[in-house]
Amino acid sequence: MTTLREREGGAPARKGAPRPSGTASPSREIRKQAAATPWLFLAPYLVLFIAFVLVPIVFGAWISLHTWDYTRPLKPFVGLENYAELFRSGSGQFTNFWGSMRATGIFTLFSVPLLLTIPLAVALLMAKKFPGRNFFRAIYFAPYVLGVAVVAVMWRYLLDNNIGLVNYYLGLVGLPNDIAWTTSTPAAWVALVGVTVWWTLGFNAVIYLAGLQDIPSELYEAARMDGASPWQQFVNVTLPGLRPVLSFVTLTTLIASVNMFGQSYLITQGGPGRETRTAIYQIADTGLRNFQMGSAAAMSYVLTLFLICLSLVVFWLFRERKDAR
Amino acid sequence: MIHTKRSLRGRLRAATAIGAVALLGLTACGGSGGEEAASEFTGEYTGPAVELSFWNGFTGGDGPFMEQMIEDFNAEHENIKVSSNTMQWADFYQRLPAAVTAGEGPDVGVMHLDQLSTMAARNVIVPVDDLAETLELSGDDFTKEVWDAGVYQDERFGIPLDVHSLAMYYNTEHFEKAGITEAPTDAASFEDALTKLQAAGYENPFWMPTLWPSHLMNLSLQWQYGNEPYDAEASKANFASPEGLEAIDWQRSIVEDGYSPSSVAIDSQYVAFKNGETSITWDGIWQVNDLDASGLPYAAAPIPTIGDEQAVWANSHNFFLPRQAQPDPDKQNAAKVFIAWLSENSAEWAGSGMIPARESVRAAGALEGLPQAPIAEQIDSMRFLPAVPGIGAVQTETLEVAVSKAVLGEESPEDAMTEAADNASKLMEENKASFGE
Repeated sequence: MTTLREREGGAPARKGAPRPSGTASPSREIRKQAAATPWLFLAPYLVLFIAFVLVPIVFGAWISLHTWDYTRPLKPFVGLENYAELFRSGSGQFTNFWGSMRATGIFTLFSVPLLLTIPLAVALLMAKKFPGRNFFRAIYFAPYVLGVAVVAVMWRYLLDNNIGLVNYYLGLVGLPNDIAWTTSTPAAWVALVGVTVWWTLGFNAVIYLAGLQDIPSELYEAARMDGASPWQQFVNVTLPGLRPVLSFVTLTTLIASVNMFGQSYLITQGGPGRETRTAIYQIADTGLRNFQMGSAAAMSYVLTLFLICLSLVVFWLFRERKDAR
Repeated sequence: MIHTKRSLRGRLRAATAIGAVALLGLTACGGSGGEEAASEFTGEYTGPAVELSFWNGFTGGDGPFMEQMIEDFNAEHENIKVSSNTMQWADFYQRLPAAVTAGEGPDVGVMHLDQLSTMAARNVIVPVDDLAETLELSGDDFTKEVWDAGVYQDERFGIPLDVHSLAMYYNTEHFEKAGITEAPTDAASFEDALTKLQAAGYENPFWMPTLWPSHLMNLSLQWQYGNEPYDAEASKANFASPEGLEAIDWQRSIVEDGYSPSSVAIDSQYVAFKNGETSITWDGIWQVNDLDASGLPYAAAPIPTIGDEQAVWANSHNFFLPRQAQPDPDKQNAAKVFIAWLSENSAEWAGSGMIPARESVRAAGALEGLPQAPIAEQIDSMRFLPAVPGIGAVQTETLEVAVSKAVLGEESPEDAMTEAADNASKLMEENKASFGE
């Protein structure tokens, strides 16, 4: 930005001149305002942050210590009982909660690697110059603009094992056409992961694409001069160059996958049985449908704890290594 | 360094303080005591012009009829304007308590009979005894079960609009080809019909759903086999009793005998029926308009008696008045006028596929020539869930899951139902303690 403006003209010389400290009055005025100014600039964000993040966090923790049904006048304090119940096998919540955590784990395990690699491949393709490139970029990004309800309802019909198009076409090409995509596992997991990858890969691809364009072409040039093969270029130039982007994409994908709800709520309705009921699904059901806000809040905090641990692992994996070039 | 640290701590402290203040504010708004239904209702409304918000879940073929009735009502009443807000029932039951607790509830609404006691126990709705009195409504004009279920702790909370049950729909063209002349009425004739349909080339004549409405079929069958799925007195679920298991065994056998494909996904049994891919389906009577619109050659009949006695799951839409943070007597009186008008004109509502709850309306010929007329004749065999607070959630968490697992063949019917019954009893016990009944 600065270089651009300086090149465009203006008064670069005066701007860059060192200010005699403590003498010129305008600069002192600026410094006087400085105490409040950053806060004022931050205020709009801070208000939202406090109202919609900080207060709910504290309030949620408070709720998790009670038997909290918001429609009832009495919300008795139960201490850590809601948490204890989650860890006591045989309690009402134990099986359902850990079943849903398992479902979340399965989904995350299979969706995150795919959502990291496929969009990268797409981005590498889209970074090349070829006719119709913008068209293809738009095509890959298009599903992402759809809401989860649209995506889910559409795929629910496409994936229907008896009347859906997916099985119909599988049958046409001679593959088994009786897979119960939404009513049996593991097919339901294939369906849920597949739909999610189709739906959100465009977002990750766009981020990757931006990252790719930030890698200086000189590096590739130098690598080629040194006789590096395309694969060596990818490993030694592209991947290191993408590291900051990669850590961002990994983290957001991880969080999004752990928070998966809409797909299983709308496509499989948590079925067969409760097998694809994810943690968020279980929390929503417990808190909003069964009015056990305290228990639901406790579940949220346990889930958050898992998510924090996972995030730390990701940070650790992508840390700046001391011996890095 | 020291400076930054202190300011960080200061900032944290400030943030905590702000958070705490906001928290206090939140909790302070939280609790508000229960109000009673406002002033005496006189039967008509002559006050200033009011606008009423009316919440309902008529998202299906019933929606346009309700819209039409509201329009007629608005045209007839100069000083009352009703605007309706229609949402999915599942959302409705989540949103209503939240809205009412926040003081943003509607002025009047419709909910299911089996939710009334739950909502009354949660202080979401207020008693309407005076309204029933003014309208001179009494149990004589209604089915006893429907009328009595509106009472919670000696007060009336709902005014029944209709009753609706499951029905059996069949494709008349398929039946003709298979040489079936009459709708099956019992287990033998039903099985006979299925065999004939298969012989006529309809490979899967009766798709057994694994999700909605499979649990309603199950309840109907449990009642038919003489089982009472929920024992309200003892807070106990009886799904796993020998009679209860017969119901789920029969459902599973439809799949195992090949009358239904396995693993039927959500709603596809209904879509398949509309497409002529299957010959028989059991669904709500409110689907008649949707089926009419599809142009399918179909007929409706009561579901056959598979078990020992005639019985079918049914429910009822009831008007209610939500608790208001600041009760406005004008609005409440206007809302009561609205309820009274709809109740009196419920003959028109029959067009939606529902059966008017009032005997007098039915006797006056409201159902003449309508497809649900043969089902309405069985109104005495309709069975309703007991009025126990929290029963709706108990059912979604236990029975629905177990029926689904068993029909899918994931678990043996006995295992699935035994687990569900245990969990349901546990939940009912908890509810009883929590609602202090």
